[in-house]
Amino acid sequence: MNIFVCVKQVPDTETKITPTGDGSFIETASIKWIMNPYDEFAVEQALLVKQLNPAATVTVLRVGSVKDTEALRTAMAMGADDAALVEAADNLDSYSIAKALKGAIQKTGKSPDLILAGKQAIDDDALQVPQILAQMLNLPSVSVIVGFELSGSALKVRREVEGGALEVYELATPCVLACNKGLNTPRYASLPGIMKAKKKPMAQYSLADVGVSESDRRVKYSQFKLPPEKPPGKKFDATDAGKQRELVSQVVGLLRTEAKII
Amino acid sequence: MANVLVFTEVHDGRVKPVTLEILGRLHGQTADVAVFGDLDAGQVAELAKHGAQSVHKLKGAGLEKYSPEGYANALSEFIKSKNYDYVFGGATSMGKDMLPRLATKFDAGLASDVVNFTFDGGVFAGTRPLFAGKCLAKVEVTGPKPHFISVRPNALGMSPNPTAGSGSAADVAVSAGDIRATIKEIIKATSTKVDLTEANIIVTGGRAMKNAENFQILDQLADVIGATVGASRAAVDSGFAPHAMQVGQTGKTVAPSLYIACGVSGAIQHLAGMRTSKVIVAINSDPDAPIFTKADYGIVGDLFQIVPIMTEEFKKLLGK
Repeated sequence: MNIFVCVKQVPDTETKITPTGDGSFIETASIKWIMNPYDEFAVEQALLVKQLNPAATVTVLRVGSVKDTEALRTAMAMGADDAALVEAADNLDSYSIAKALKGAIQKTGKSPDLILAGKQAIDDDALQVPQILAQMLNLPSVSVIVGFELSGSALKVRREVEGGALEVYELATPCVLACNKGLNTPRYASLPGIMKAKKKPMAQYSLADVGVSESDRRVKYSQFKLPPEKPPGKKFDATDAGKQRELVSQVVGLLRTEAKII
Repeated sequence: MANVLVFTEVHDGRVKPVTLEILGRLHGQTADVAVFGDLDAGQVAELAKHGAQSVHKLKGAGLEKYSPEGYANALSEFIKSKNYDYVFGGATSMGKDMLPRLATKFDAGLASDVVNFTFDGGVFAGTRPLFAGKCLAKVEVTGPKPHFISVRPNALGMSPNPTAGSGSAADVAVSAGDIRATIKEIIKATSTKVDLTEANIIVTGGRAMKNAENFQILDQLADVIGATVGASRAAVDSGFAPHAMQVGQTGKTVAPSLYIACGVSGAIQHLAGMRTSKVIVAINSDPDAPIFTKADYGIVGDLFQIVPIMTEEFKKLLGK
C-alpha cells in the first residue's frame, strides 16, 4: 500500500508577520518554520494505517523553499519512510503546488493508494490543494475529515461541516483525504526516531523536474499589508463589585447608542 | 462588463445569505444564479431584488444530496454550456470543498475566501486575509476562464443592488456523472444555533471559564442576544468545549457584528481568528490581557460576576 502525505512548512503560529517593503510578500528571513499544524494529523493517520499494514510505505511530499527541511524531517522522525522535496518559492499558488505534488508522486513511480494532507495550510489558508490534486489525479476526495475507518480498500470517513454536523462518507481507495484537528492525536518524534530520520532518503526536485512552470500560476498575490489597526477602545474597571452593575449597564447602553449594534 | 454566475447553496428552503451579499456587489455586471434543486418564487424574487438575471435550477439523478464530484460534474457541464467570465460561491463548508475541484475541471484558478472585491473594466480584483488575518493582500486570478472566486460569509455585508434583475427561473437538466465518494449519513450537531462563521453575534469563553459546565452562563447570555457560543483554543484543549466551537488560527475565522470575549487572554492565534469582528467586547480579570488591545469596550473584572449582570442588562435593554 502506497501512502503519500503532503505537508507544508509554514511560519510558526506565534510569528509576527511583516510585509516586505515593496508589498510583494512577507519578510521570511527571521521566521521560525514549522510543519503546518493540520498536516500533523495527516502524518499521524498515515502512520496509524502503516501500523496495521506493515507492508505499507509512507512517503512525505513538500513543495516549498529549502531554507530548512523541518517539516519533512519531523514527518520522517515520526515514522514516515522517505520524503521528496520540490524546491519552489514560498508564495506559490495552490494550482501550481498541486501540480508539483502530482509530478512528485509520478517521480516515485508508485501508484498512490491513499493521499493525505492537512485540510488547510495556515499561511495562505486557501483550502484548495488536496481537492485540486484529487481532480488532477481523477480521484475522489473528502476534506475536513475528523473520523477515519479503513477496512481493505473500503473507507468510511467523517467530514465536519457547519455548526459541528458530520457527514459520513463511504468511498474506496485510492483517494485523497484532507485532515482536520480531532482526527487523531499526533505522536511526538522520539529521539531514536529523530536520529533515524537523518538517514532516511529525501529526493529533491526543481519545479521544472516535476513539470511546473510560471505559466501554471492561476492566482497572483500582491500588495501585502498589515490590516488596519483599530483605534484604542474604552476600558472600564469593574473589579469593585459595587460598581459592576453601573459599568456593565453603561457598556450595554453604549453598544446601542454608540456602536449601534444591538 | 463581466458575465458572472453565482452558485448558491440552499438551507431550509432559503438561499445562503452570502449569495445576496455577493449579488449586491455585482452591480454593473450581468449576474445569474445557479442552484441545485428547487427554489420557491419568494426566494427567486429575493435573488432578483439583489440583481439576479436568470436563476438556473440544476436538476438530475444523484444530485438530491451533496457530493463533491456530483456537484462539480453537474456545475461544470452547465457552465460549459454558457459563457461566464467569473463563477462565485460562498467560502462555506461546501464551497471550500467543491469549488477547487470545479475550477480544476477548467484548469482554472480559484481565489478563495475573499473579503472584498472590485470589478474594474469587467476585471476582478479581490482582497483576502493571509496568515490567519495577520496581513491582507490583493488577489487576482490569471489563466483560463472562467475564473472562480469564493467569498467569506459576513465579510461584504448586505448592500442593495440599485438595479434589480429579471429573476427568470428555469429548470436545467444536468448529469451528476460518476460519484465515488458519497454521503451515507449525516450526524446532526447537538446545537441548533447559527454556525460560528455565519453568526452575527458571538460569545466566546476562554481558559478562565474553568470547566465545561460554566459555559452555561455564556449560553444564557447568548440566548438573550441571539448569539452563537465559541471557545478559545485554551478552552478547547482543556476539554471545556469541542473543536467545532474553536475560534482562532487553528479553528474558525469569524467576522460577526459583535464579539464578546469572556475570560479570553487574546493570544495572537486567537486575535487572528476574530480581529475583523466589527465591535469587540472583552471581559477579563487581567487588566493587561492582550485581548484589551483589540477591544472596543473592555471590562476588567471577574467574568463570573460580570456575565450574569450583562445578561440581565441586555434583557432590560431588549425588553425581554
